[in-house]
Amino acid sequence: MSTRNAPAVSAPGLLFAVLGLAALLAPFMTLAANRIVAGEGVRAWSMAGPEATLPGLAAIAAGLVLGLPAAWPRLRLAGAALGLAGAVWLLVQGSAALLDGAGDYARVSPGAGFWCLLVILALLMADALSNLAPGPLARAGLLAAALLGLATVLGSGALADLSIFQEYASRKDAFRDAAWRHLWLAFGSLAVAAAVGFPLGILCHRRPALREALLPVLSFLQTIPSLAMFGIMIPLLGWVSDTVPGAQAIGIAGIGFAPAFLALVLYSLLPVGANTVAGLETAPPAALEAARGMGMTPRQRLFQVELPLGLPVILAGLRIVLVQNIGLAVIAALIGGGGFGTFVFQGLNQTATDLILLGALPTVALALVSAIAMDILVDLASPTPERHR
Amino acid sequence: MIEIDRITRLYDGKPAVDAVSMTVETATITAIVGTSGSGKTTLLRMINRLVEPSSGEVRINGEPTTGLEKHVLRRRIGYAIQGHGLFPHHTVARNIGAVPRLLGWPAEKIRARVDELLDLFSMPPAEFRDRFPAELSGGQQQRVGVARALASRPDLLLMDEPFGALDPIIRTRAQEDLRRIQRALGSTILIVTHDMEEAIQLGDRVAVMDAGRLVQHGTPAEIITRPATAFVAEMVGGVERPLRLLSLFPVSDLIQEGPAEGAAVPDRTSLRDALSTCLWTGRDALPVERDGQRIGRVTLDAIRSRAECHA
Repeated sequence: MSTRNAPAVSAPGLLFAVLGLAALLAPFMTLAANRIVAGEGVRAWSMAGPEATLPGLAAIAAGLVLGLPAAWPRLRLAGAALGLAGAVWLLVQGSAALLDGAGDYARVSPGAGFWCLLVILALLMADALSNLAPGPLARAGLLAAALLGLATVLGSGALADLSIFQEYASRKDAFRDAAWRHLWLAFGSLAVAAAVGFPLGILCHRRPALREALLPVLSFLQTIPSLAMFGIMIPLLGWVSDTVPGAQAIGIAGIGFAPAFLALVLYSLLPVGANTVAGLETAPPAALEAARGMGMTPRQRLFQVELPLGLPVILAGLRIVLVQNIGLAVIAALIGGGGFGTFVFQGLNQTATDLILLGALPTVALALVSAIAMDILVDLASPTPERHR
Repeated sequence: MIEIDRITRLYDGKPAVDAVSMTVETATITAIVGTSGSGKTTLLRMINRLVEPSSGEVRINGEPTTGLEKHVLRRRIGYAIQGHGLFPHHTVARNIGAVPRLLGWPAEKIRARVDELLDLFSMPPAEFRDRFPAELSGGQQQRVGVARALASRPDLLLMDEPFGALDPIIRTRAQEDLRRIQRALGSTILIVTHDMEEAIQLGDRVAVMDAGRLVQHGTPAEIITRPATAFVAEMVGGVERPLRLLSLFPVSDLIQEGPAEGAAVPDRTSLRDALSTCLWTGRDALPVERDGQRIGRVTLDAIRSRAECHA
């Protein structure tokens, strides 16, 4: 990286700096008379007095500049963090100043400028991280630090004036329920899909005839549009609940949690099953021949050779399923499945953008954190340590 | 003693191995040689029942191999294959200890055995025990593969083209190692190869397979001097026959009194190498030494007549 020909300025860093400064020109926050009407954009420097806005603007500019030197990815990472801190500072200062004397029903929200900056700084952070290429444990540490920072900012109440937090404040209990329901839908369906998909994958690996019959069926399930899949579940489970004795007692009904859960499980079977098959196939044929020749039973071959070697691929399948289900669970709200989707659809009905965000932002954060955590697990599951590759 | 008794394997009604009978003495190396498709690998794999015979049986020390469950039988028979087949996710020590672990040896005994084998294969245990296969050279991987096959002191070691993936220099060294270790441990080895040179160098006995049949089974010298069929003669290689024959005998066989000039050769040098030295240095006789002491000479005439007498 430090060869003579390497450019001193990182090309993506330069792009982020230009885009970031341009984003500062866009309205940083919006001020609306109430939660329904469209707000009016306010630029960063006109939100409050210079004593309040200058530190934030300076931090963002400095962060973007720190993102430039190609040779120092650590500095670029720090720059991204500094820029994010500056943006949060501006939000805090801006919301207090804008609401001051604006009326009881007035709402402030982050504007296009803030969101653009957030994306640009996140990209800068990702770019710096990909240059640093930290090991799985270092990544886990960074993830924990980022979550801790986020929790501190949210827990401090400094952002409580923002419209989205006012929506939250009036729905605390509903939010907690939705969060649990969402986690249940995503992780529960993952667990069931794994419990069914692993054995199915192992069977498919053993019997090519079964694989040829089963994988196309699972593949077909995967192609059904999500809304249609949830729709199909309604009459299907409705019929089950009417005809199977005891089905209603355990909560099976045409709408609600059960059909949403079942649909998510069906979606998950292909990635889990196909990746299990692919994972088991990664063992070198010579190693399997040797295992057979030295007297390992089929079960010993599976547990001592095939599964350990295939674990990263199998976990990669679970990662796909988890991220996919966290997203799909939003749509489950349409059939009464609950979860963060409830707020999204309520918000759409009321044209209350911040209510939509109250459902959407936690979903995005959850998916992102799950993806990073699963990537770390995939790396940790690698059968030989990093230095051997 | 391994007795292979009229063993046959049919694929789609056609015999891949056709009524082969052969006896392998304990503590010897038998090289099964043939072209691809000759059935040599199928014959080998029927011994540890990776392929089930269509008819006939194999007895190890008098016991039929069908008397044991397949995986139990295989744990008693070492198996080394081309491309070593090491487990990429296990260290060298764990790879070598695989069969003892299957047999339930105590950890301390496995560890001692692993170190013993690594020493035997000239791989210092402290340096190699905890490495992964990907961190070894091709020759080292192959040695670990053979060490793994020998780990549980098996009654019999089966090797399927174990040196096929090695370059010529490493390959020669691996063959010498195998010969030395077989002598040291007294192992019984059946090795499959397509290379007659390798078969002649390694085998106490050579079995030549052609189209599923065993066409000749004898000592290397018999195979070279009295090939049973035109196919065997072709395998032995017409113009190279005298040189291959000479490669079987050490100069100590032809030692005589008399003067000889120049550098001496050790008494275990093969006649082929001695001939080569004569031709290269333009000498008619070479001094022969044992443990650094001159014990006589070997002459070009004597070497020539040794090769001629089978014409």
